[in-house]
Amino acid sequence: MSKKEMNSFDRVMTSIGHKEPDRVPLCLLLSLYGAKELGMTVKEYFSKSKNVVNAQLKMAEKYNNDCIYTFFYAGIEIEAMGGEVIFMEEGPPNAGSPLITSPKDIENMIVPNVKESKELRNVFEATEALKYKVKNKVPIIGVVMSPFSLPVMQMGFEKYLELMYFNKDSFNLLMKKNIEFCTQWANAQLDAGADAICYFDPLASPNMIEKETYMSTGYNIAKETIGKINGPTATHLASGISLPVIDNIIDTNTQVLGFSSSDNLEKIKNASKDRICLIGNLNGIEMVNWDKEEVEKNIKDLIYTTGKGGGLLISDNHGEIPWQVPEDVLFEISEAVQKYGQYPLKENLQDE
Amino acid sequence: MIIDLKILGVGKKMEDIKVKSKDFKDALMRVDRVEAENIFKSSFKDEDSFKYLEEIVINALDIIGKDWDKGHASLAQVYMSGIICENLMDEYLPKLNIARKNLPKIGICVLQDFHTLGKRIVSSIVKSGGYQLLDFGPGLSPREIVDKVDEENVDIVLISTLMLPSAMKVREVRLLMQERNLKAKIVVGGAPFRLDKNLEEMVGADASGDTASDVLKIIEGLV
Repeated sequence: MSKKEMNSFDRVMTSIGHKEPDRVPLCLLLSLYGAKELGMTVKEYFSKSKNVVNAQLKMAEKYNNDCIYTFFYAGIEIEAMGGEVIFMEEGPPNAGSPLITSPKDIENMIVPNVKESKELRNVFEATEALKYKVKNKVPIIGVVMSPFSLPVMQMGFEKYLELMYFNKDSFNLLMKKNIEFCTQWANAQLDAGADAICYFDPLASPNMIEKETYMSTGYNIAKETIGKINGPTATHLASGISLPVIDNIIDTNTQVLGFSSSDNLEKIKNASKDRICLIGNLNGIEMVNWDKEEVEKNIKDLIYTTGKGGGLLISDNHGEIPWQVPEDVLFEISEAVQKYGQYPLKENLQDE
Repeated sequence: MIIDLKILGVGKKMEDIKVKSKDFKDALMRVDRVEAENIFKSSFKDEDSFKYLEEIVINALDIIGKDWDKGHASLAQVYMSGIICENLMDEYLPKLNIARKNLPKIGICVLQDFHTLGKRIVSSIVKSGGYQLLDFGPGLSPREIVDKVDEENVDIVLISTLMLPSAMKVREVRLLMQERNLKAKIVVGGAPFRLDKNLEEMVGADASGDTASDVLKIIEGLV
């Protein structure tokens, strides 16, 4: 017997609570895709909060999406700190020249007040307007870059790695300042109406930083920062594998984990069961060329292996649907989730 | 029984390289520059030939690259290992009176993006393999890359990408090279090509590697 239909908010919260809602929630993380939806350039789209509001509402309805995603682009935090962002066609804007080029720059860095930033104010405005529109029927997910991963944009990956390994004092000072910024930024989004914060921490993945180093750095930073965020968090590793660090990420008191298309589905389900809700793990790059058959196979595998008992939100594995993914693929994903994601799940889903 | 002493000697040396490579790799994985340098120095004392040192370095980097592919090593370890090896080779090549190999002529760049980590890692490995490398820089458009290929007359261009839109622009590089009748081989790398194995063919690249350490085999294969 199928369950009574829930609204998106209850559907997502039930799954996060490790119970089965009416169906598996679909949380397509649509960000710059909104520009495509409105027929605008990426730069024009993100210049006004009303564009994001309109596109988010339109896309939620169009794809039966169970979340509103107020993520603009990662480099927005760099803009708030006085740095530059480079916009490109059909792709996410990227951080420009590094803000930090020497340890002295870290000492001189002043943590900005997030409420005084023109760029971040756009995000708050969009969040407030979206909350007014959807009330508590659709969850709103805000986004921050973790203090541990942000320096990749602040100073470039190479320089940051050298700082992390060979200059502990400057590293610790930068982390202190970034924690202050991140906490302020996350809490201001929650105040504006976000229901949860996605804590992007790609460097937490053993693909990026070996576990030993992570445990003495990013893990403690995540624990401290998440402890200061006044709402639920989802830790997202942006395509990086998460299985080897899942227990540690659970220890940081985050409620949701973004997992990779390279993580083993059975193993990650066993490791997460009743402990942390999973969000993922469709391969956003391959998705560009999926046909209907591949969509169905991927959705069925995911639901069948990780959907039982709740604790699954279906999404891509990077945290952003690429511009190049055809609309038809998103429709087919949505249809497949409607078709195969109804609880209680059929036992022989894979044979259908 | 007749023992071929020559074969015995080669076997011993290979075993020696294997042991040294493992110790060297362990030091690199710990990002222990001092220990890595000690092993390198003692290997140089044992046998001051470029081939011997090169094999130790390349074996170690190859194992680390494969470990990364299997999820047993981090990108940070791959990068730091490359930098340590590049610095050691820079220091020891003059002592061995060895000039870097200038054939094939190789250029490297980042297409559109300003994230240079991948380029830096691949550069370290190519240089650790004793090759000269022309660095065209980051943030280049397809036309700028083709201009550089033309100007420098390179045989192989290594193109690093981070995001899908830039990976797809490799197709433009290929078409512009065809227009100008440039025969350079295009080798691509970066996350989009790891995540979608069909992408390399779709954009018309000649090769791509799963790990940065594959680049030396690719270069040898393309020559």
